[in-house]
Amino acid sequence: MAKKKTIVEDIDRRIYDIKNEDKFNYKSEKGLTKEIILDISRKKNEPGWMTDFRLKSLETYEAMGLPTWGPNLDALDMNNIVTYVKPDTEMKGDWSEVPDEIKDTFDKLGIPKAEHEYLAGVGAQYDSEVVYHSIKEELVKQGVIYTDMETAVREYEDIIKQYFMKLVPPNDHKFVALHGAVWSGGSFVYVPEGVQVDIPLQSYFRSNSPGAGQFEHTLIIVEKGAKLHFIEGCSAPKYNVTNLHAGCVELYVKEDASLRYSTIENWSRNMMNLNTKRATVDKNGTIEWISGSFGSKVSMLYPMSILKGEGAKSEFTGISFAGKGQVLDTGTKVVHAAPYTSSTINTKSISKGGGEAIYRGSVKVTSNAHHSQSTISCESLMLDDISRSDTIPALDIMNDEVTIGHEAKIGRISDEAIFYLMTRGISEEEAKAMIVRGFAEPIAKELPLEYAVEMNNLIKLELEGSIG
Amino acid sequence: MIEKGLLRINDLHVNTENKEILRSLNLTVNKGEVHVIMGPNGAGKSTLMNVIMGHPNYEVTKGSIEFDAEDITEMNTDERARKGIFLSFQTPEEVPGITVEGMLKGAKFAITGKPLKFFQFRKDMKEKLDLLHFDESYAQRYLNVGFSGGEKKKSEILQMMMLDPKLAILDEIDSGLDVDAVRNVADGINHFLNEEKSLLIITHSSKLLEYIKPDFVHVLTDGRIVKTGDASVAEEIINHGFTEYKEVVNS
Repeated sequence: MAKKKTIVEDIDRRIYDIKNEDKFNYKSEKGLTKEIILDISRKKNEPGWMTDFRLKSLETYEAMGLPTWGPNLDALDMNNIVTYVKPDTEMKGDWSEVPDEIKDTFDKLGIPKAEHEYLAGVGAQYDSEVVYHSIKEELVKQGVIYTDMETAVREYEDIIKQYFMKLVPPNDHKFVALHGAVWSGGSFVYVPEGVQVDIPLQSYFRSNSPGAGQFEHTLIIVEKGAKLHFIEGCSAPKYNVTNLHAGCVELYVKEDASLRYSTIENWSRNMMNLNTKRATVDKNGTIEWISGSFGSKVSMLYPMSILKGEGAKSEFTGISFAGKGQVLDTGTKVVHAAPYTSSTINTKSISKGGGEAIYRGSVKVTSNAHHSQSTISCESLMLDDISRSDTIPALDIMNDEVTIGHEAKIGRISDEAIFYLMTRGISEEEAKAMIVRGFAEPIAKELPLEYAVEMNNLIKLELEGSIG
Repeated sequence: MIEKGLLRINDLHVNTENKEILRSLNLTVNKGEVHVIMGPNGAGKSTLMNVIMGHPNYEVTKGSIEFDAEDITEMNTDERARKGIFLSFQTPEEVPGITVEGMLKGAKFAITGKPLKFFQFRKDMKEKLDLLHFDESYAQRYLNVGFSGGEKKKSEILQMMMLDPKLAILDEIDSGLDVDAVRNVADGINHFLNEEKSLLIITHSSKLLEYIKPDFVHVLTDGRIVKTGDASVAEEIINHGFTEYKEVVNS
């Protein structure tokens, strides 16, 4: 018997791949011009300062070059991207008023059911605009705000003006500048001092229109001593043209506050996912990131935590799965900018069928951040010998009184472990799936049950296919 | 009634890494029989176990393996397992993130093809864990991860008992075990054995054979079986070593 090589082919992504007819109320021209920006702003009926902000971001975008590191972005041609697609509906507060076709998509993704069963609030975005938003009455009574960004700009203008793109300024990199110019949709959450939101809020971003960009902006402020768990879900059906996702997430965690931000991004293989997420954490506050990156053609995603108050904490737990033709360049950045701050980074990546999974991360400790500690652990699993995995950690430590631990493991799936499970009657495919599920288990454990199930399902979908 | 071999190995030649390890090996194991294979290091004992189970690194160049009246020489490992062959490993693999119970449920489902009755499954497992003096918590631990040598052997026997094969092949199941652990493992094996079950045991020591009485003992040297006898053969080898058989081969 010759040694068998296993190559798992691209698979049907089932419900994630449902394409609706590209119906819209308004769609901007391809490419990017001042006129398009003005048009978007006008459609949104924005205050003048936001229009100016967009135009200034456009200038920044035009002046900046592409990143000089990381994956190849040649597949992205901005002249072919439609930046704004307004779905053929206004935002609703009742699912029954959402057009059937759109509602049906969210039904299949399980959103209304999740809302009913274990969420305290839901936002659902379809292409460029939020089509549904709801929040439980008791949270409203406690002063919690959860709404789409457009409403927030109009109704909470002062807060938005104070925080919007202050943590991630448009000149940070080219795609954030682009985001500043064309952002649309997203969620705004405000949790007042001392309020504990025990049941999660969830926003789901669905991109349907071919060749379009999605640029949602999520802004969350958790005030002193308050607590929130926010879940973000993303998906899109597959098209032959390149789509772009350049969202931006800004999280403000105040003194003694805590925020858990969970994401499962599950993009189709034509998506360029160039997403920027950042949190700033005050004294004794905690940010927890749970990040699952599935799908996309190329992903560049490095959620960043700035620990600026004494005793601030950050925990990052991430998993990525790169299949055939995919480059998932993901990781996290932490800046320890105050004494007694701590960070934990725990990532796992899986690659198969020639996919590339790269961990890229950095931990910086400033000179005043004495007694800080950081523990980094990165593990990669390659399912065949045509896939690639790499670990690129950077450490920049300016203080001697710190504790840093770093561990990286890159390995191939063990043929002996597969054989072992097969001697128990388990098929080769299921043996592999078991090993991969086991590898991902420490991450799945951190997810709410329903999302752990979804993640296992995604892993299964990724692994299914012909074995030859 | 004519005895029909459960396992029939005919004129088996096996290569691994382009080297011939087994040469013209013949062996028949009938239902209800306990066979012991002894042999010096490098004789081909582990190769024999692996090739019966269909390990992809071993190539059958000649001969055949039949199980339950079916030629399984080219069959995949998982199919052989589903037909009722079990192999316990000397040093089983660690599989992080998958619990002993989780793996067994998956395996049981694969073998029976029927949905599991969870309550019954749990009850069965508890019974077997108790018999092996194995703490219940082990069922919830990740498969072999952080298990001591003895715990790994008990975990293998637990799996054998739960999966209930027709033929169990035990590769040095008693090596590295203390007296109590050998007794626990032997209790498990005896609990499993009946006139329908067959065993193929590889061992170096007499420890396990104090509890399990073999019907046949085979001496394997240099890739073939050079002697077959009753339990007294094992005793002889334990007392005098393999020198005598090496001479047989060399003469």
